[in-house]
Amino acid sequence: MEKFSYVNATSLEQVTALLSDSGWGEVMLIAGGTDLLAELKEYVETPKTLVNLKTLPGMDAIEADASGLKIGALATVADIARHPTIQHHYTVLAQAAGSVATPQIRNVGTLGGNLCQRPRCWYYRDESTDCLKKGGDICYAVDGLSKYHAILGGDPVYIVHPSDIAPALIALGASLKIVGPEGEKTMSLEEFFTLPAANPFRENVLEPNEVVVEVQVPPAKPNTKSFYLKAREKGAPDFALASVAGVFEMDGKTCKSASVVLGGVAPAPWRSKEAEAALTGKMVDDTVSKQAGADAVKDAQPLNDNAYKVTLTQNLISRAAMMAAS
Amino acid sequence: MASWGEASESRLIGKRIPRLSGRDKVTGKAKYTFDINRPGLLYGRILRSEVAHANVVGVDLSEAEALPGVKAVIQIVEVGKKIRYQGQEIAAVAAETDDIAKDALRLIHVDLEELPHVVTEADAMAEGAPQIRDDWAGNQSDPNVREEGDLAGGFAQAAVEVEATYHAPVQTHVCLETHGHVAEWEDEQNLTVWASTQGVFGVRNDLAGSFNLPANQVRVITEHMGGGFGSKFGPGVEGRTAADLARITGRPVKLMLTRKAEHLVAGNRPSMTQHVRAGATGDGRLIAYDMKGHGTGGISSGAGFQAPYVYHVPNRRAERVNVAVNVGNQRAMRAPGHPQGAFAMDSLMDELAEKLGMNPLEFRRINDPNETRQAQYTLGAQEIGWHRRNSTPGSGKGVKKRGIGVGSGQWGGGGGRGTQARVTINSDGTVEAVTGTQDIGTGIRTAIAIIVAEEFGLTPTDIMVKVGDSGPGLPSGGSGGSQTTASVAPVIKTAAAAAKQKLFERIAPQLNAPVGDLRVGNRTIYVVSDRTKTIKWELATGQLGMDSISEGGEWDEELRQGGVAGTQFAEVEVDTEIGEVRVIKIVAVQDCGLAINRLTTESQINGGVIMGLGQALLEERFMDALTGRMLNANLEDYKVPGTFEIPEIKSIVFDTHRKVTGVGEPPCIPTPGAIANAVYNAIGVRIRELPITPDKILTALAEKKA
Repeated sequence: MEKFSYVNATSLEQVTALLSDSGWGEVMLIAGGTDLLAELKEYVETPKTLVNLKTLPGMDAIEADASGLKIGALATVADIARHPTIQHHYTVLAQAAGSVATPQIRNVGTLGGNLCQRPRCWYYRDESTDCLKKGGDICYAVDGLSKYHAILGGDPVYIVHPSDIAPALIALGASLKIVGPEGEKTMSLEEFFTLPAANPFRENVLEPNEVVVEVQVPPAKPNTKSFYLKAREKGAPDFALASVAGVFEMDGKTCKSASVVLGGVAPAPWRSKEAEAALTGKMVDDTVSKQAGADAVKDAQPLNDNAYKVTLTQNLISRAAMMAAS
Repeated sequence: MASWGEASESRLIGKRIPRLSGRDKVTGKAKYTFDINRPGLLYGRILRSEVAHANVVGVDLSEAEALPGVKAVIQIVEVGKKIRYQGQEIAAVAAETDDIAKDALRLIHVDLEELPHVVTEADAMAEGAPQIRDDWAGNQSDPNVREEGDLAGGFAQAAVEVEATYHAPVQTHVCLETHGHVAEWEDEQNLTVWASTQGVFGVRNDLAGSFNLPANQVRVITEHMGGGFGSKFGPGVEGRTAADLARITGRPVKLMLTRKAEHLVAGNRPSMTQHVRAGATGDGRLIAYDMKGHGTGGISSGAGFQAPYVYHVPNRRAERVNVAVNVGNQRAMRAPGHPQGAFAMDSLMDELAEKLGMNPLEFRRINDPNETRQAQYTLGAQEIGWHRRNSTPGSGKGVKKRGIGVGSGQWGGGGGRGTQARVTINSDGTVEAVTGTQDIGTGIRTAIAIIVAEEFGLTPTDIMVKVGDSGPGLPSGGSGGSQTTASVAPVIKTAAAAAKQKLFERIAPQLNAPVGDLRVGNRTIYVVSDRTKTIKWELATGQLGMDSISEGGEWDEELRQGGVAGTQFAEVEVDTEIGEVRVIKIVAVQDCGLAINRLTTESQINGGVIMGLGQALLEERFMDALTGRMLNANLEDYKVPGTFEIPEIKSIVFDTHRKVTGVGEPPCIPTPGAIANAVYNAIGVRIRELPITPDKILTALAEKKA
């Protein structure tokens, strides 16, 4: 990696001040470092300054009460996975966090880092490949090897968003607290992520001088079942070939409302309004669940090597729906 | 006639003995090459090409040389020569820290004139492809054709025929300890090298030749080694570079390959594609086999594979070509040519059996000439519960379907001459066994201790075994071809026997008995004709005074035997919605002659099965046609089995005789075929390409449905 200076953060004001002079990549934030260090070592990123957020006090708290869930951006993935209230009332989130990487990575990786992590695309991660995402001319996955790439929302960059936690949080209706030079703002996590058509270089709307500080999740509704189903080639560590975060409000076998968010298939966590519509108000059975899966992928546009993800996604959705009804 | 004696007489040989280095390994005390740090150590790094095919126009080292902390920069590739694959060595540096070395590499400026490359077999074999080897028209070697019997006549007798294409992609070795060396010159004529190698004497002789040194002034040490699998026999460019950097700087240099370089240049198992047409008679005899296939070993040759395999086909023809691509060269990898050949053959066997309406095991019994494997079929079938398999493949109920399959393998492993060893008895009763072999993780150190301890009536921990060092000047061959134990054990055995004989000769007068009546007991020597006459081991050796006994040994052919057979049964569960294959259980029945240490033998079988499972379900090198680069030169996208993948493994050491045979390679051979057949039995759709990943399962199931 290139040399950089290292600053231990003392306050968010200091952090946003350090960030505000630079565009992307000059000053970068580090917490767990499980994603960033790899990028530095591969020379995909070459910042001049790293700002260590872990010295900020109190930003790793997890608070759960009647008003919902508040998780500091510095809470580790392991903290989330093993939190009893999250396991009990926000199962999809605990399952998603528990499916991340390995225990070693979960112990240091943070929530904020997980949401803001960069794509795993093997062209993007190769220093020598000047791909569209890095300012080059083409997305190499289009004519190249695309087994792990996007089937939805890809054009013109076919990366997939690698986060397991983001789909779960979006399915739970989470919002995000962001601090910038002008103070703090809150936005829905779903709106935080963007597609390459809007910005091929970034995966979210965060400005270069902003910091994600907290995630807020509304209280869990009664009679809700939630699941995170993740298909992968290897038990661990492996990123999702496709995943489904499903939150289902059930009345017996009838689905009163559904949130279905896909991971591993699109450049951003992909909310499937089609699957939700196919399930809402229905008595969930084999036919209905299959229809939900089929509706979710009807606009999928697979590349050369990833048509299997269409079937896979479809099957994961119908499996999640059937689990909700059982 | 020399023999290992009867099993009933053995106290140690054939028992389960924990490996001597186990404690050091799990506590981190064991020093691997990576752990060797010498006073004044410099760090070496190699700059490698990211381009697959190019002319070298210029290399400018000056900026790197000027970087503070850099002690030497050398150019490896000459201007005017060609780069022929990604990862090829361009230049190297030695610096005070590893970080400085890395920075220095980026200050080396290389001017390359890029040439059209081909990195996939399809591109290399395409009409009008760029010619990347002057000696191979169309990037293909002359075909190797083997023919026997009357092919047309054979097919005329066939009641059923199968025509299919089987493919196994390139796999890399993934040694957990990457290739590397620490080189240190004592003076201009004396070089010591710590090497992660399968052959300390091979490395010694290569380096002596490269640096024009007398062989006895190069010392190579490999105390512990983190995996080689056939890829670590010589110093390679990186070893010679480490020694050169150390020579230039006058300081020790450590140069270990990065994980990326390990994938790119440290060897691989060639790919295999075979188009085969085969026939069997109505009564279940293989009668005709016609195969045309190819594979790539990179820019080099060596992409052979076994076809047909194990089963007897009287009328056969096999034609293979090597395909050249701009990718790093193959090296021997655990049972070269066998696992991929076995996968194709065992798949074919099941396809033929199904056409015949015959139980695939019954079909094998008819066509397998090997008596050992015939017995193994019975035992393995019992252990896995063969009767539980789906008589109609894919007929299991539900989403998750189970299936059972079988595969076979064979290997040599009889060892050879060329090992020198000494067994020494000191007057304080301590014992040393010294030889120039190396323990590459297989447990030869412990096997040596067992043999000597058995001979002397001691325990293995009493024996100081010194291996992995060319210093004592007791050569032994490289650890490859499953040859180590069969090469080393007979020499150790005869050396120990000779030393014991010498000790008996010294003690016999004192015990007032003929030498021939002396025997060892538990830390004692006694007279067989009068058991009241006995002397403790230490009292006996105390008679030696300054006069230690030290004896060499001979490789006695009677103590070893080549040729092993193995068969494996796999049970898998396939999630038909997700495409995931989970291996439930593998039964590995492996013939290995006399297992000196049953525990480490079982470990070797476990390791082979796990490696075979990786080939079956996970491992594949991805080459990008456009950029010419490997896309998964890491351990994220090059996937090897982890704890979640490893099933119950029932390793059965199948005793056939009491002669030593190596078993390092054969247990990885039958696994992919057994798993592929089990997958078919589970889902009723055949996957003819490895690895069997969810994309292939889902695609095949969708095609079946359509």
